[in-house]
Amino acid sequence: MKEFLMLILLLPLLGFFLSGLGRKTFHKKTISAISCGVIFLSFLLSYFQFLDVVKSGVVVFDYFNFIKVGTFQIPFSLQIDQLSSVFLLIITGVGFLIHVYSASYMKAESTEHYGRFFSYLNLFIFFMLLLVLGGNFVILFMGWEGVGLCSYLLIGYWFKNNEYNYAARKAFIMNRIGDLGFLIAIFWLIAKLDTTSFSIIFSSESLAKLSSFDITAITLLLFVGATGKSAQIPLYTWLPDAMAGPTPVSALIHAATMVTAGIYLVARCNVLYSLAPITQTVIIIIGLSTAILAATIALKQNDIKKILAYSTVSQLGYMFLALGLGAYSAAVFHVLTHAFFKALLFLGSGSVIHAMSGDQDIRNMGGLSKQLKITYATFLIGCFAIAGIPPLSGFFSKDAILLSAFEKSPVLYWLALVGALLTAFYMFRLFFLTFSGKFRGTKLQKENIHESPMAMTIPLIILAVLSIVGGFIGIPEIFIHGGDRLSQFLSPVIGTQNKLSVSHTTEYLLMGLSTIFIIATILLAQKKFTKYQPTSESKLGKLIENKWLVDELYNKIMVNPINQLARVLNDVFEKSGIDAVVNGVGKLVHYSSRQIRLLQNGLVGNYILLMIISMIIIFTFQFFLKK
Amino acid sequence: MPINYYIILSITLFCIGIVGVLTRRNAIIVFMCIELMLNAVNLLMVAFSKMHHLKNAAINASAGSEGQLFVFFIMVVAAAEVSVGLAIIVMLYRNTHSVDINFLNRLKH
Amino acid sequence: MGITAILFWTLSTLAVFSALMMVVSKNPVYSVLWLILVFFAISGHYLLMNAQFLAIVNIIVYAGAIMVLFLYVLMLMDLKKDTEQKRNRGILFAGVLAGGCLLLVLVAALLKTDEASVLVQTQVGNIGLIEELGKILFKEYLIPFEVSSILFLSAMVGAVVIGKK
Repeated sequence: MKEFLMLILLLPLLGFFLSGLGRKTFHKKTISAISCGVIFLSFLLSYFQFLDVVKSGVVVFDYFNFIKVGTFQIPFSLQIDQLSSVFLLIITGVGFLIHVYSASYMKAESTEHYGRFFSYLNLFIFFMLLLVLGGNFVILFMGWEGVGLCSYLLIGYWFKNNEYNYAARKAFIMNRIGDLGFLIAIFWLIAKLDTTSFSIIFSSESLAKLSSFDITAITLLLFVGATGKSAQIPLYTWLPDAMAGPTPVSALIHAATMVTAGIYLVARCNVLYSLAPITQTVIIIIGLSTAILAATIALKQNDIKKILAYSTVSQLGYMFLALGLGAYSAAVFHVLTHAFFKALLFLGSGSVIHAMSGDQDIRNMGGLSKQLKITYATFLIGCFAIAGIPPLSGFFSKDAILLSAFEKSPVLYWLALVGALLTAFYMFRLFFLTFSGKFRGTKLQKENIHESPMAMTIPLIILAVLSIVGGFIGIPEIFIHGGDRLSQFLSPVIGTQNKLSVSHTTEYLLMGLSTIFIIATILLAQKKFTKYQPTSESKLGKLIENKWLVDELYNKIMVNPINQLARVLNDVFEKSGIDAVVNGVGKLVHYSSRQIRLLQNGLVGNYILLMIISMIIIFTFQFFLKK
Repeated sequence: MPINYYIILSITLFCIGIVGVLTRRNAIIVFMCIELMLNAVNLLMVAFSKMHHLKNAAINASAGSEGQLFVFFIMVVAAAEVSVGLAIIVMLYRNTHSVDINFLNRLKH
Repeated sequence: MGITAILFWTLSTLAVFSALMMVVSKNPVYSVLWLILVFFAISGHYLLMNAQFLAIVNIIVYAGAIMVLFLYVLMLMDLKKDTEQKRNRGILFAGVLAGGCLLLVLVAALLKTDEASVLVQTQVGNIGLIEELGKILFKEYLIPFEVSSILFLSAMVGAVVIGKK
């Protein structure tokens, strides 16, 4: 069992080494077989682990002492419980499908870069598994940093393009800002409790040692880390730029798995968060405003991947809303369904981009439904799922969130519903612009339109099926007796949630209401965008298209002053301070060696003289100065 | 005689040799100064051997004779050294027509 | 003051004076002669300590063979008195000062030792006799003795090789 768990973790690492080191020797097929194979094995093992967890519950394994300072110890420990096993399945399952997809998608790359791509992907899976399996905050943090690194590497995968490198840097730095909060939280916990292990921190004795100020501060700091990783206000702008990476990367890292690490973190620490009402309020505000802001930006974007990126930000906002409301299992549920349909949408968009010979602008698309039949069908399912049409997966998870929002306050419900309607609107704008109407691209593109190969469509189909049925594991009590299986399954980790106080009638009513609204929105979008003609934007439209100028604002208030400060430091401190010292040392050595060199003039007499003087000094020391 | 008389005498001769090495430029005289220094040491060695003998004659009838044997070997080595050294000086003179020690600054190159 | 002390002081004075004269003489030939005098004084010291074998060897090897070799080389080169240029005063001063300092330091160190007044056996004692030394040399130090003959051989070869160039 102990080695078994380690094996899940180490298999992707093995794949990383094999495909990374063999990138120049192995054939492309070997590389993809290795990396897909290790992930598939990992998935199988995760599945057995999942079955075990159903029986055995929470288990923590200590492997070795990772850090030991005096009495303070941080073991290298892995923890497997209900929450991490669900994430294990998502990561390895969706990860495997995306690996298979990318094996075909990246075919045009040269073998060396192909190997590099797969080694990064495997490394990413390794760190992500480390993140969700970590039995204490330090191990979790290692995984956390590792996925950030892989994200950086993969966004900048086409490193010859400076724009992409810039995007990668932006993602990394924004993540680091959040990580600072996370780190401080870890130090705070160490200072107060002298441990980082989850099992000890979340026990009632440890919680009793923390004052309410401590808990609020720690949870807020952890949340800062989560906003960085999960792209929430104010640290969300990196995610749309991260679309510079290859599409499978966007699907895996920037939609299905890594960005949900923040959700995982908060869900993992739910015991702390439940004790910090202030933090919860903050999370609700941030989550909801992110959801709506990102949704409005998505309305006017024209890049197919950017729309999906903003949609991801918006959906993550929903998940945080759920976390803030204390509906942790609803958030995890949404993570699960979101992983399915967002991976599906991204992979579908990859298929579209493939067909369009690399063009990502939806204004140039249109009428693709005839040629790309499978992509069309699966994309439609994805859109329905994200919009929340019953009985697709997105409906149930979104409904669970909306319901808990209603329970808290109807205002929240209405705001969240507006966000959901915006989601439906922009998704179907994307859908209709892409697949219906007339083709608006160039002639060359039109001739090259083709359906993607099997290796790409099969993952699409599997994900589409999962997007349809995925919701049923969390189907609410009112539909089937013994429903809400997911939250029951998660209850040992997340704790039993208070029963819904909303009556069944209200629940039905709310569901019906949201469904009607969403269908109406979809119809509106269909009417508006089926026969799309490019028109000039209004002023507000322009503002939205420019993402509310948030990037420019950040540049003005943060990036430019820091750049200027750095320039001043470079010019003044670096050149006349550090450089002067370094060069001065060099000059001193040079000068003194030039002087000392003169002693070695080849005259034997001088050597003997020096020898005598040295002897005198040594004798003096020996006989008179030594005690 | 007390041993320190002999020590001081040896030190004096040795230092005279050193001063000669340091101040003279004639290679032959420098060489002779080195011989003087060797002899100063030899004298001291013999003095020590006799001191040792006086102390330990009761235990060992031949105590201290090693010192004198050492002196003998030093003389052997000195003789060998002089033969080679003088050969070098002769060669130096043949090349430079001088025995000035400063012409030996070729070590620099 | 017994005969031993008188001899000791006489020989010591002679040795130091001759050594000084050797260093300061302008003419190398005089230097050689002064050095021979030093060797004789030292041989006298050996005799005083009843190290007869070393006294004889010192005169034969040093004063006889080696110094004659020196003289021979000097004659061969035909060096004039004034061939040696004056060293500049700084070097001269530094050399004398360094030697003097070393003398001072060593003597001062000697005066600090406890066993400075241990006596040296003079006039009697038979370890310095040829018979005694010969026994030890050919019993215990046979191999070093034979090796030294190889040293001589190689020195001879070396001198010939250098001289022929």
